[in-house]
Order: sequence, then C-alpha cells, then structure tokens
Amino acid sequence: MIAISSIINIALRSLIANAMRSFLAILGIIIGVGAVVTMVAIGTGASEKISNQISSIGSNLILILPGATTQGGIRMGHGTIQTLTMADSEAIARECSAVVAVAPVISGTAQVVFGNQNWSTAVMGTTPEMVTVREWELISGRFITEQDVRSGTKVAVIGQTVAEKLFGDLDPVGKLIRIKKIPFEVIGVLDKKGQTLTGQDQDDIIYVPITTSQRTLFGNILPGRVRLIYAKAASLEAIPTATEQIKTLLRQRHRIGPNQEDDFTVMDLTQMLKAAEESTRTMSILLGAIASVSLIVGGIGIMNIMLVSVTERTREIGIRMAVGAKPGDIRLQFLIEAVFLTTIGGIFGLLLGIGTSLIVSSIMQWPVSISPIAAIIAFGFSAFVGIFFGFYPAYKASILNPIEALRYE
Amino acid sequence: MTQIKFENVVKIYKFGDHELKVLDNISISIEKGEFVCIMGPSGSGKSTFMNIVGCLDTPTSGKYFFEGVDVSTFGLDELAEIRNKKIGFVFQQFNLLPRATALENVELPLIYAGISAKERKEKALETLSWVGLKEKANVYPRQLSGGQQQRVAIARALVNNPAIILADEPTGNLDSKSSMEIMEIFKRLNEEQGLTTIIVTHEPDIASFGRRQIRFLDGKILSDTKT
Ligand SMILES: Nc1ncnc2c1ncn2[C@@H]1O[C@H](COP(=O)(O)OP(=O)(O)O)[C@@H](O)[C@H]1O
Ligand SMILES: [Mg+2]
Repeated sequence: MIAISSIINIALRSLIANAMRSFLAILGIIIGVGAVVTMVAIGTGASEKISNQISSIGSNLILILPGATTQGGIRMGHGTIQTLTMADSEAIARECSAVVAVAPVISGTAQVVFGNQNWSTAVMGTTPEMVTVREWELISGRFITEQDVRSGTKVAVIGQTVAEKLFGDLDPVGKLIRIKKIPFEVIGVLDKKGQTLTGQDQDDIIYVPITTSQRTLFGNILPGRVRLIYAKAASLEAIPTATEQIKTLLRQRHRIGPNQEDDFTVMDLTQMLKAAEESTRTMSILLGAIASVSLIVGGIGIMNIMLVSVTERTREIGIRMAVGAKPGDIRLQFLIEAVFLTTIGGIFGLLLGIGTSLIVSSIMQWPVSISPIAAIIAFGFSAFVGIFFGFYPAYKASILNPIEALRYE
Repeated sequence: MTQIKFENVVKIYKFGDHELKVLDNISISIEKGEFVCIMGPSGSGKSTFMNIVGCLDTPTSGKYFFEGVDVSTFGLDELAEIRNKKIGFVFQQFNLLPRATALENVELPLIYAGISAKERKEKALETLSWVGLKEKANVYPRQLSGGQQQRVAIARALVNNPAIILADEPTGNLDSKSSMEIMEIFKRLNEEQGLTTIIVTHEPDIASFGRRQIRFLDGKILSDTKT
C-alpha cells in the first residue's frame, strides 16, 4: 500500500506546478467560503445585538402608554392625552397576578447644572420599583426609596452619561445639582446600559421621586396622572397573561364600554425584540444559504479544473499505472488534489470572510460576530465540496486503461 | 523454470461490429533467463503481445501463466501488483514524468511498492549509478539526451528488482551509438543477473543480441529460432 505522505507529496507538487490554474480553480471556493462567513457574521452580530438589547431593557418588560394605538385609523402620539394615573399603577401592582413589579413615570426634558457644567437630559420621576422592573444595578449610592416618594425629597439618581458630562472624574454621590434651577442631591449612580436598538443612549437619564417631579419639575402634568407605566411580568411565558390582565383592569377602571376602544396602549417590548431577533436569525440563515450556493458553484469549478487536469495528465496516469499504481492509488491522488485545492480555498475564504466582516462592521457600524463554529462549518464544508466534486474526476482517472493512457498524446 | 507461458492466447479488438484479431491463438513458453528478441512488420501484434506479457493488458481468450500462476483472470489491483513487483517495462518513447527529476522518476515504482522515502532514494540512486547516470540524478528529463533518458527509464524498470524486463522498441528513437549502449546494458543485465529479457525491434543487428528470435506476422508466430 502506497504511503499517504507520498500521495500528498505528488498532489502538492502538481498543484504547485500549475499554480495559476490552481488559484483560478479555488477562486470560486474562496468567494463562496468568504461569503458564507461574512453573511453569518453579519447575521449573528445583528441577532446578538438584539439579544443584548433584550437584557439591557429589562426582561419581560411591558409598557403601558396613555392614548389608543389607533383612533379612526390614525395613529395618535402617545402621551398627548393624560389617561393614566398613579392609582392605575397601584391597581396593576395590586391586582394583576402575572405582574411582579410596576413603576409609573412622569418624565420630561430638563436642563441640569453642576458647577459650570450643564447638560440637557431626560428626567424621570418614578418609584423604587423602577430598578426591579428594568433590572438596573447601581454602581454607587442608593436608589429612590418609598420614603423619598412619600415626602417628595429632592434627590436624584443619575445615569453614566450624565455623570460623565457633569462630573467627569468626580464622585457624584452627595453633590448638589440643579434641575430646572432647583437643587437636587445626587444619591446614586446607575450602571452603564448602552444604546437602544434605535441608537438612543439609555444612560443619558436622571431618576427622581415621582412626587417630586410632578410637584416641582413638570407641573404641566395634572396631579395624579402619569406619562407611562412600566410593568414586569413574572416570566416570559406570563407576558400574554399579564398583558391581558392589565388591559382588562384598565378598561374596567377607565369605564370603557364593550364597543369602545382602549384609551391606553399596552406594549410588550420583550415580545417585539424576540420577534426581531427571530427574524434576524432567519435572515442570517437565509443569507448563509444563499452564500452556500456560491460555494457549490465553486465546487463545480473545482470539478471542471480537475477534469481538465485528468485529461491533460492522461499520459502521466498511464506511466504511473505501468509502474504499479493501482486504480485506488490514482483515485486517491486526484481526490487529495481536489481536497487540497478546496481546503486552501477554504483557508483563504475564511480570511476573506473575516476581513470583509471587519470592514463591514467598521464602515457600516454594523455589529458582526465571527463565530468559530460558523468558521469551522464553512471550512469543513469546503473540504466536503472537494471530496464531492473531486470524486468524479478522480474516478475517471482511476478507470483509465493503462495502454490507452500511455498512447495518449 | 518456465517464466512465461501462453496457451491459445487470442486478443480481439472490436470496432462496432467489425472485429480485429490482433493475436491469433498464440502458444509459447519463455524460460527464466532467456534473452528473446521479437521481430515482425508493423501491426503484426508485437506490442499487443508485450502488453499482455507485461500485465498492462489481458487476453480476450486463452491462458497466460506467469511463473506458473494463471494471471489472465487477475483483477486490476493484482495486475498492478505484478507490474510493480515482477515486471520492468521500457518504452520506445521513454515515458518519463517531465516534471520529475531523473531520481524521482526512478523512485516511482518504489512509491507504489510502499517503500519509505529514505530507502527509495538509496535504491534509486544505486540503480541510476548502475546505468551510469549518478551525476544526472537531479536533472529533469528534457535536459537529458535520448540515450540518457532511456537509461533513466531502464533504471526505473530495474529499481524494484523485477523478474523480467520488457522493452518495446527501446532503440526506436535513438541513434545507432546510443542504441548500442542501451543494448549493451540489456546484455549485461541478462548475463550478470540472469534477468529474463524480451525486446521488440525492427533492426536485425539489435535482434542479434538475443539468443532466441521470434517473428510475428498477422498476429501469429511465423518463426521461433534459437541461436
Ligand atoms: N487499443 C487498440 N484498439 C484498437 N486496435 C488496436 C489497439 N492496439 C492495437 N491495435 C491494432 O492491433 C494491431 C496490432 O498492433 P500492435 O500490437 O501495436 O502491432 P505492432 O506493435 O506489431 O506494430 C494494429 O493493427 C493496431 O492498429
Ligand atoms: Mg508496436
């Protein structure tokens, strides 16, 4: 039995002897593998970004906004009508069993000043449950307490962006800031959450007690009314139940008749993001599948080149057979040549794919994620393509008649 | 010992419904150590005979015994094995691999015999020295003269210690001086190593090297004389 190393040696030498042709033959594989790797990297990057979103927004989150989603077919701006109340919020917390935490919000934009630094940011009046609902940790200090809400103290918990803009390297806790010229004591700093999918900076925020915000900051909001309510369902599975419970409760409380439309909107953010994640994943599989077609086209290119090579080297095959090469030895030689071609193509394709992914991510600001598994699959697939498309030419070489092969000009 | 024995060997080539009987009921025996020259006009079936003897081809009917074993029923792998271990074939067109050096060409049969790289190199070099081309080991065929190329081909035929050497018009592409050198090599091989040698040739002075002359005509043996 002929040693594998000898066959590899023979295969390598003939590939090197035809370097240009070998390169052209693997070009298809390079592009194919490159395309698969890039597409999967882009798709995976997008769906990873969305999953991060889901956890950064807070899992199982439900948003309740005032105003109907549609009115007579026309979408109304949320928050223009003040239909939600503190009492609604408390009722949801009390009566909806599938809801574990509720945080109402009275919000607006305000100018914030510390020393000679000033910054315009979103100020949200809320209750202590907010940290639970949004699963938001503090990196220093404390969050708003029941006591703060009850007595309407002028305290503020600030996001990372606000902390950077106003305080730089200073420790904000204990400092006095002015929100709409009213002094507030900073009692805590929130952990970093990053951007939302739409590019909004979640850390550009200040939380104050809801009572304080209504009384001293946003007086245009009627007493007892809130801008929106955050609710957290007990689990992912409990979200539909929680949504239903909230709707039923609010319709009852707002005395909405059976034929009347809701005067509020319940939005299931988790579900929306899950759907987005699902569709990006489907998209990335689809893109990968389309890219795989180019890999198959590349494989056909390999087959073509190998067939030409077998014909051209008919005499060589005859000589090898005359000195004792078995059909299997010849078959193995050409098969290894084909696998070598596609494997080398796979390596270059992988590099091309990684390069393209990085360029896409830096130029288009698109998140990419090069997973080792996708790379290994693309690579293994290219070796498989080599075996699959190399087999027929190798088989043709192996069944040549030695005498006719020797006579071939 | 009878090295080669043909019993009623027939070889027929078919072209559609037209048949060409290239070997017509050949029966012949060749003993170990014989030096046989085969002559005959072009198309008389000499090469076909040699190819069957060399296990490159199989008879349409009849039996071929090689060292007492009927190889006419052998499969492709077994025939390859015999070619590799027992037969050294030398061709008119040399049939060297153009992209391999002289040494690598000589190594070729040893690769398929599964011999290690180191031993291959040693044996090939030794055989190349024996045909007087040690200093051309790393030279490519196109840089060699016809006579030198044929000597490389002979080294390749000999490297795996075959039982017989078959040469189909080995001097057909050579000038008379090189032809004589090549024939001297075959003569030495036969005399010193007792290798069974069968050579096809058109030229009477080449044929005179043999101690037995077989003449073919139209696929039949016309005469078989020993000198
Ligand atoms: N593979 C083949 N297919 C068809 N005809 C062949 C083949 N090989 C040889 N022949 C024919 O067989 C006859 C004998 O050929 P060959 O043995 O080569 O004769 P020689 O070597 O004596 O010149 C010729 O007529 C040749 O055309
Ligand atoms: Mg001939």
